This record gives sequence, C-alpha cells and structure tokens, in this order.
Amino acid sequence: MNTLTNIISPSALDALIQFGITVLIIILKIVVVLVVGLLHVAYATWFERKVIGHMQVRLGPMRVGWHGLLQPFADGIKLFFKEDIIPTQADKTVFYIGPIIFMAAAMVNLAFIPFASNFAVAQQVNLGLLMILAFAGMGVYGIFISGWASNSKYSFLGGLRSSAQVISYEIAMGLSLVGVMIMSGSLNLTDIVKAQEASVFGMYVIPQLAGFLVFTIAALAETNRTPFDMPEAESELVAGYFTEYSSFRFALFFLGEYIAMIIMASMASVCFLGGWTLPWYITSLLPFLKLVPGIVWFLMKVYAFIFFYYWIRATVPRYRYDQVMKIGWKVLIPVSLANIVVTALVKILVTRGV
Amino acid sequence: MIEDVEKIFDTRELNVNMGPQHPATHGVLRLVLDIDGETIVKVTPHVGYLHRGIEKLGESLSYFQALPLTDRLDYVSAMSNNIGYCVAVEKLFGIEVPERAKYIRTIVGEMSRISNHLLWLATHALDIGAMTVFIYCFREREWILDLFEMICGARLTVTYPRVGGVRNDVPQEFLDSIWKFTDEFPSRILEYETLIDQNRIWLQRTVGIGVISAEEAVNWGMTGPTLRGSGVSYDIRKHMPYDAYDKVDFEVPIGTTGDTYDRYRCRMLEMRQSNNILRQLIEKLPAGPIMADAPKFLLQPKDMMMPITHPTKELAYVIEEKACKGCGMCLRACPAKAIFGEKKQPHVIKQDLCLQCGNCFVTCKFKALKLIPGGKGMTEEQLKELAAGPMPEEITKAAEYMVKHFEFVKKGPKVPEGELYVATEVPKGELGFYFVSDGSGKPFRMRLRSPSFVHAGVLPRLCKGHLVADVIANIGTIDIVLGECDR
Repeated sequence: MNTLTNIISPSALDALIQFGITVLIIILKIVVVLVVGLLHVAYATWFERKVIGHMQVRLGPMRVGWHGLLQPFADGIKLFFKEDIIPTQADKTVFYIGPIIFMAAAMVNLAFIPFASNFAVAQQVNLGLLMILAFAGMGVYGIFISGWASNSKYSFLGGLRSSAQVISYEIAMGLSLVGVMIMSGSLNLTDIVKAQEASVFGMYVIPQLAGFLVFTIAALAETNRTPFDMPEAESELVAGYFTEYSSFRFALFFLGEYIAMIIMASMASVCFLGGWTLPWYITSLLPFLKLVPGIVWFLMKVYAFIFFYYWIRATVPRYRYDQVMKIGWKVLIPVSLANIVVTALVKILVTRGV
Repeated sequence: MIEDVEKIFDTRELNVNMGPQHPATHGVLRLVLDIDGETIVKVTPHVGYLHRGIEKLGESLSYFQALPLTDRLDYVSAMSNNIGYCVAVEKLFGIEVPERAKYIRTIVGEMSRISNHLLWLATHALDIGAMTVFIYCFREREWILDLFEMICGARLTVTYPRVGGVRNDVPQEFLDSIWKFTDEFPSRILEYETLIDQNRIWLQRTVGIGVISAEEAVNWGMTGPTLRGSGVSYDIRKHMPYDAYDKVDFEVPIGTTGDTYDRYRCRMLEMRQSNNILRQLIEKLPAGPIMADAPKFLLQPKDMMMPITHPTKELAYVIEEKACKGCGMCLRACPAKAIFGEKKQPHVIKQDLCLQCGNCFVTCKFKALKLIPGGKGMTEEQLKELAAGPMPEEITKAAEYMVKHFEFVKKGPKVPEGELYVATEVPKGELGFYFVSDGSGKPFRMRLRSPSFVHAGVLPRLCKGHLVADVIANIGTIDIVLGECDR
C-alpha cells in the first residue's frame, strides 16, 4: 500500500478506483442484459409457438420438458451441432460477416433500452431514440449482403426486397416517433418515460394514437413479421435471404430477428406505453400497485406487444410486395407527417398559452 | 432514358428456376420464371418429374388390376379417381351397378370432394400467408380420412370402389358419423371464412389476379371449379350424371369475373353443395346388394367359386402316380416348394408344406393332379386310397371352378371390342378415361385426360404481367396435383 501511495497520490487513486467500479458496473450490466435478453429471446420463440399453437387448435411444443419449456434449449443445441454448409459459389468472407452484422446490429440496441427507472446499460445517451433507429437500420446491411453473398437467386431477391422494405418503413417509423419527441422534448429514452409519467395522459399512446398505430405497423414491417414478411416469404422465396444458411449461422439470423422484435416491443413500451411506470390515474385509484417493481410493468407491456405480433401472425395473410410499398409510402408516411404537424401545432399553442 | 441504360449495360431478365423442389409448387412442378424486377415476363412450366407410366402400365394389367394405379393419380382425392375408373370400365363392360352401391359411391365421392377442397383451401391460404386456415382445414379433413379408414382400412390410397360396385358395405357407425359431420361442417366453413373471406389482405391478393374470361377458359380446356369461376356452368355431375347424381338435388355454383377470388368462392360454395348432397344421399340410401351380378365380367366371391359341402370341409391336392410324367412343371410352380421328385419320376406333394393355392393344379398339363376330400392328418396311404376311389360331385365341380377362376384372374374377362371415352367430375375438373379394347382382358390402350395437366398449361397465361407473389396465388387457384398431371 505504501509503495502504491508513493507512486500516485491518494486522491488520484480514489478516482482510479471509482473509475474501475464504474466500468465494472457497466460490464456487469452488459452481462446481465445479454444473458437475460438472450433468455427472453429463447422464451419468446417458445411463447410464439405456444400462442400460435393454441390459436390453431393444437398444443405447440409439448415433449421437451414440462409443456415444452426446454424446447428452446433443445433447438439451440440442435442448431449448434448441425453441419455448417457453405455454398461453393458463395462469396465466403461476406457470407461469414452477414449474420454477424445482422445479429450485432440488433444486440447493440439492448444497451439503450431503459428496463427500469435506473437500469440501462447506456443510461446517459441523449440520443437513445436515434441510436436505436440507426442500429435497427444497420441490420438491413446484414440481410442485404448475406442475400448477395449466398449467390442464390432466392436469397438475392429476398435481400433486395428486404432492403427496399426496411428503408421505406424506417422513414415511417422515424416520423411516427417525432410526435413523441415533440411532446417529451427529449431523445433520451429515460427522459421520455419520465416525461410521460409527469404528463396528464400518463402514457403517450392516448395523445399519439396515430403515431402509435403507424409505429406498430412499421415495427411489424421493420422486423419482417407477417403480414410484411416479404424477404422471407416462404411460399415464394423458400426462406428469403437466409435460404443458403444452415446451422449456427442460421441461428444468428433467428436470434437477431427475435431480438429486433423485443427491441421494437420495448420501444413501443418506452415511447408510447409509459415504460416501467403506470399512469397516475391508475396508481391513485389502486395505490398498492406502486409497490410492484417497475421492471414488471415494463415486461408486461413488452410481452403484450409481442403477443400482439403473434396474434397478427396467426390471423392475416401476407401482403404482396408492391402492396407493402404502397402502404408504406402512401398511407403510413402521410399519416405520420400529419401527426407531426398536429402535434407541433398543439404543443406551440399549449406552451404559448393561447 | 431507361432504353439507353439497357443499351449500355445489356440488361436482361432474371431467370429463376422455381421448383421442382419448392415449398409452394404443390409437388414437383418446375416453373422457369423470367422476371424483370418483381414482374413476370414469362413463365414456362415443366412437367414430368413424377411420371410413372400409369397409362402404359394399364395396358399390361387386367381391368381389375389397374384400379389401384388410379389411386396414385390424384392422391389427394383417390376415391374420386377410383370412381371415375370404375364408371368407365363398367360402361365398357356394359354392366349395371346396384342402387346401393351407386349411392355409397356417390357418398364417398362427395366426401373426397370435400376433403380435396379442404386441402386446396389449406394450401392456397398457406401460400398466401394465412397459417391458421391451414390447420383448421386439416382438422376436418382428418375426420373424413378417419371415416375412409373405417370403411376400407386405408386413408389415402383407398381402392374402395370396385368395378361393379364397392368393396364392403358401409357400417351404421360410418353413416352416423358422416351425418354428424354434415351437421357441423357448414359452421366450420363459416369459421374458415371469418379468417379470409372478407379479409382486406386476402381480397387484395386474390381479386383481379389471374383473370381469365369464360371464352378463353373454355378454349384453354379448363374444367371443374377452375372453369366455373369464369362463369361457365359445366359440371359433369349435373349435365351427364353418373352414379346417383341424377337422384339428388344440387346447384352448380359459378363465378362472374374469373379471377382467383371467384374460383375461391366457387369452391367454398361447392363444399356447401357437397354437404347437401351427402345429407340427401344418406337419407335416401336404399338397401340391397353392393356388387353387380355379372359373373361373365366380374370376380365372384370365393365361397361362390368353391361350393364345398362335404363333411370335413378339408381338401388336399395329390398327384396321381400313373398320370404323372415327371415333367417338373408343378415343381416349379409351387410357391411353398412342397412338391418333390426326380425328373421323369412321379412327383409327390408333402401335405404339411402344402398351402393349397392350386398353382400345381392349374399348371399340370397331364391332369395328374387331383383334388380330394382329405386333410392334413392323413397318412400317404389313406390319401392314395381316397384318390383312387370315386370322387364326390361337389369336389369335381369345385375343381372346375378353380380352373375357371384362375384363368379369369390371369387373362381377365372377355370384353367387347371398341373405343370408349368416359369422363367424370373429380374435384379438380374433368377426369376422362379413354379405353381402346381389342376384346382381350386387358386394355389395348388406356389414356387419361387429367385436369391438372391441362390446368398446368394455363399457368403462363394466368401469370403473365403479374408479380412473383401472384405466381404462387395462381398455382394455388388452379388446384393441381402433380401425380395426376405427370401420371
């Protein structure tokens, strides 16, 4: 100890230790978020199969564990040990990178989501909302280059469709969130939730209903879910951009897709449904609900949104490619633009007290 | 501008090979698509990946033996194919089927129509993306397949209708169960329709897709619901009734514009009509025989062939030593290898190995084989004694039947000479059988007119100018099965 104090002053050592602790906490947070996040992804697949199974008068997974609870792990082990086939004509390097980009772009977003009032890996990011939009858009690179690198026509068409679709819906999604930004006056996701808690409505879904609807539809399209699952429309393009992928590379796409879905559900929960908070009118009516930790509300909102995804998947047919584009450009973007104008006008009128 | 770009870069259409392994081509159909972006420029269907030579096989099999081949045509509605074949062969033979058999056949034919349309709806909806309809349809189809299993033991390749009638009579539980089915089925159809009938996406995907006018549809040779969707009222069940269709009251639903949605509506209404037909038939089902009485043309039941009346009811084949020349023909014909003996020495049958198939009996040219009323417990001396003694009359008669039966099975019946085309309405359209008979027991030429083949040919016409996703909708709407298309 003495030798150490000889080298650096005690105050500097204190600062160093402080810094070390901060880094350690961040690493700990990352580990927790990753592990818990991946577990949620695993059980999101189980949840999907169960929900859709029961909607379709069947049981879903039942064999591995009680009511198939261990099925996700069985699937994971199977995918891990399968033979990894790489087409001889494929562009190998790009073929390797594709799924990694897709997965990474989806995973990074987990860092910005505030799961509870004081828990986010990157809490101080003032542009959280923009970062998520940016990284959600990054995922399309993974899709596109893996579609290209597979050197298969189905994969190629899937990649093309996907890039066109994600770019179009990115706009609608970004615009639908502008209303939220105007109302809360911030891009920090934690601040957005706090602003919602303080507002009259409790959650922004009430004043921003149009924005919420646009966001929901755009989120479906952004994560390539039915009825917008163009890139992987199995009846047309076999499996779209990941037709040629097998084994764990396929699993990476699969994981990335479900993480993206959870991210979108979290975004809906944070930006429109009040995140980890409950509206004041509910807590004043039922005060004991305040005792429940915020993460429970957050997860309930996320899973309600995910359930809605599954419900849609079990119900509706698939759109055609041109129809998807038409909805994106001719319906969603005008609606969200109108929403921005109205929100901004109201905000100006309210703040100026006219 | 675009022309300039095309000139500089020498752009051409993307050539995509859809199939023969593809999740949505309903089997092994191969489509070569030339696409410009997402727009179809040209579709070329390639068929023949499932060719098994059923028509040629039919020429080397007798009229009864070719029946199981027809199961393998359209394996989704095997019952209807069987009926089509039987109706054609009966017309060739000129035999009349008993009323009860006609009714039973019509019942199973309509069940097969419903099950086919259910499978069609399931896959069509799945192709367009509606997953749940798929499972709902299979729930009801399962019921029908279970009923098929109840009457004949098979679920898919049934071979239940036979030339001259049906194989078994239907049990009461079958009729009860199918009655219950007809009670519940209309509400189930409504269940499917709540999911897709007025669904905005379904309408966008089907209305105005694959439009073909009535005139053009007729010119292309389309039949069945695929033609009726264009507004042409052509249904063989109605206009050239066979079996019991003239005794039931039903309508032929037709569409107006001839697009994918109209064809979908047609089939949905047809399922309801089939349900009505089933109810009427079950109510009217008469009693009586289930096989035609035509010993000249049809295989008779075994007990009619062998009227054995002697007390022990046991028979044995023995070889008469004096008559046997030791040629070895029977030795080779015996499937159980129960006959022993050197060449040019009288042969002996080991009774405990004998299966009593009668092969040796019919192969022997010297009439050395004898059918005697003896059993397995007897010694050789006793058997010889019996063989030497006078024969009871029944045994001689049975032996004569035996030879007749054998020849009938091997050579087939004596069929009138001539040519014949008979068409029936299978769920997919008009299934025609064309026979050229040269008077022998086997057809000189058997030819099939299968609706799937004709409809697969219309695909390029239906798909032109549409998008890639519409190709799938169009494959679904013409309802093809490649087993029937490639034969």
